[in-house]
Amino acid sequence: MAYGTHAAHGAHEHQDHVPGFFVRWFLSTNHKDIGTLYMVLAATAGIIGGAISIYMRLELMNPGVQLMNWHENPGHHWNAMVTAHGLIMVFFVVMPALIGGFGNWIVPIMIGAPDMAFPRMNNISFWLTAAGFCSLVMSIFIGGGAGTGWTIYVPLSASGHPGPSMDFAIFALHLAGAGSILGAANFITTIFNMRTPGMTLHRMPLMAWAILVTAFLLLLALPVLAGAITMLLTDRNFGTSFFDPAGGGDPLLFLHLFWFFGHPEVYIMILPAFGIVSHIVSTFSRKPIFGYLGMAYAMVAIGVVGFVVWAHHMYTVGMDVDTRAYFMAATMVIAVPTGVKIFSWIATMWGGSLRFPTPMLWALGLIFLFTIGGVTGVVLANAGVDIALHNTYYVVAHFHYVLSLGAVFGIFAGFYYWIGKMSGRQYNELFGQIHFWTTFIGVNLTFFPMHFSGLAGMPRHYIDYPDAFQFWNQMSSTGALITFASTLWWVFVVFHTLLAGRRVGANYWGEGATTLEWTVSSPPPFHTYEELPKVTAAAHH
Amino acid sequence: MSTDRSDRGALARRNRRVVTGVFVGVAAMVGLAYASVPLYDLFCRVTGFAGTTQVATAAPDRVLDRTITVRFDASRDGNLPWKFEPLQREVKVRLGEEALVFYRATNLSKRPIVGTATYNVTPDLAGPWFNKIQCFCFTEQLLKPGESVEMPVTFFVDPDMAKDHKYDKVTTITLSYTFFEARTDRAKELLEQARMPSGDGPGDKRKGG
Repeated sequence: MAYGTHAAHGAHEHQDHVPGFFVRWFLSTNHKDIGTLYMVLAATAGIIGGAISIYMRLELMNPGVQLMNWHENPGHHWNAMVTAHGLIMVFFVVMPALIGGFGNWIVPIMIGAPDMAFPRMNNISFWLTAAGFCSLVMSIFIGGGAGTGWTIYVPLSASGHPGPSMDFAIFALHLAGAGSILGAANFITTIFNMRTPGMTLHRMPLMAWAILVTAFLLLLALPVLAGAITMLLTDRNFGTSFFDPAGGGDPLLFLHLFWFFGHPEVYIMILPAFGIVSHIVSTFSRKPIFGYLGMAYAMVAIGVVGFVVWAHHMYTVGMDVDTRAYFMAATMVIAVPTGVKIFSWIATMWGGSLRFPTPMLWALGLIFLFTIGGVTGVVLANAGVDIALHNTYYVVAHFHYVLSLGAVFGIFAGFYYWIGKMSGRQYNELFGQIHFWTTFIGVNLTFFPMHFSGLAGMPRHYIDYPDAFQFWNQMSSTGALITFASTLWWVFVVFHTLLAGRRVGANYWGEGATTLEWTVSSPPPFHTYEELPKVTAAAHH
Repeated sequence: MSTDRSDRGALARRNRRVVTGVFVGVAAMVGLAYASVPLYDLFCRVTGFAGTTQVATAAPDRVLDRTITVRFDASRDGNLPWKFEPLQREVKVRLGEEALVFYRATNLSKRPIVGTATYNVTPDLAGPWFNKIQCFCFTEQLLKPGESVEMPVTFFVDPDMAKDHKYDKVTTITLSYTFFEARTDRAKELLEQARMPSGDGPGDKRKGG
């Protein structure tokens, strides 16, 4: 609290009064420290979620049940692992890393704000998320795990899951959801009210735009999830029947509510990555971003249209053909603003003075692989095609291309781009490139064959498969092992950077890095902007 | 210094205003999630969405020559120890003509059970035109152990369907019911009433409602 109001005390005070360890990291109200906490949480959860996926890929390496045989009910155990992997990656890796981590760290500095609008609310956001993660991990160990998939469809999640596992998972979502809503409220207030003089909305860096749009999506989508899972909780424990036909409820309602949240959620996960990529592409092309306003409003358009396409996840529930035609057309419309972004990135690079350090490689990897995922997304948007491909590995390939290879590449791009800024020490370029190339090969080897096994009809959520699918599955599992080894290598890179990295100055990327974070030292002072920077029309984004 | 302080006060006030608006938005979305329960129900009833049938008090006074085959389907929840079947597979009716059909339900268990049926028609787009005047699905049904009842459905297909060529291809409509064990307040009342006079004894293993 004391250091939140430092500016009023005048110049005689230490510029960098840093509190002791416990106060700094457990009672933190500093946006940079909270950002760091979010990143540590995301990295920890990411290693756990990644280890679970290796456990699953090893099981799928050969037909038959080998690895999970120790469990009394291997099929359920498999589903519990799928669920844990999905929920951890969505709520406790991608969201904390991109929004809580980079959003907290970079956005206030980018818009010239001394901190977030509500520093203490920022603290409770983080600890709610951390508590949610604990609750989710507990759900794995107490009562056999929730085997519903991250979509927690009824009736499996209601009458199909007696015992505390499901309740812990629901509680985890409540906590993480509450944390994210508070975080979103904080970002909206900060970005609306605390921009430095001259920083109009139309001069604001694209990362800040991305976080602003994301915050609005969180604000409108998460309460619906909270409502739906509260209904589910009361259906399970207190005798209501929102989703139970025996009491006059309707299971389909849950699907509608879930996907009304779930579809914006996928944009919540990718938009901040889009923001990061825009900065990286601009920096390493030594050019301002092409079509700045188009880029900003493309994100707004993606956010708006993202709210009216949810039922494309539910083509197989028996909707009539007119409804499916609408959701199909609306879904394909999203390809337009997304295309605007892809082409603007390419146009930024066109004629630019290009450099290819590690963050640029990750950004280009994202653009390339996200586009592949986008193309399979347009394929799946077709209701007729989706009837055949629904719940096959083709869908698994699609959403891992946009998330695991889209959002996660965005996280690593941001990490390599800003780690020098955040820690004051630069990563080793060779080590970073080794990490990129091994991950690039690993994830493509993992997920590209899934298109083929999916088209051949291999369904999701099964512990076993017929021998005919062995070839592609072995390839996927090999790729997963390469990726995991690469991720462990990244852990080494992190420690190497923090302990032995070269010290860097304020703007270590040189010409091209024009946003405000490059005007402060690396690492930035504990309190940035004692004097608010002034932004003019000539020098923005 | 003092202007600095008043600036900070103004900023704090603006921040509070924005965040209040934001939380009103959050509350509204939670409200919308709960409101969607009755709204979703209302929407299906009004539009006949997803094959939701309509309710009418009387058949229309005009009958067209065009005939429709109406087929009958019956299923039940796996946990409901009832036998449930239509007494006729299909009937042919003219548009606007009132028809009466029967389903039969038998309680195969040793306890009284209240059941409730969900229903719809396929193809989905026939929903707005399929009208029921009387149906066992309007209320919960109580069956005593071993009891078997024949339950009527009176319906007609709206002759206005012929006005739109979109529905020309609809020649067969399948009416489907699924019975579940009811756990509504009304079901509890019915069970209480069933238990009172006879005072079911030790055979009834079911506790509570």
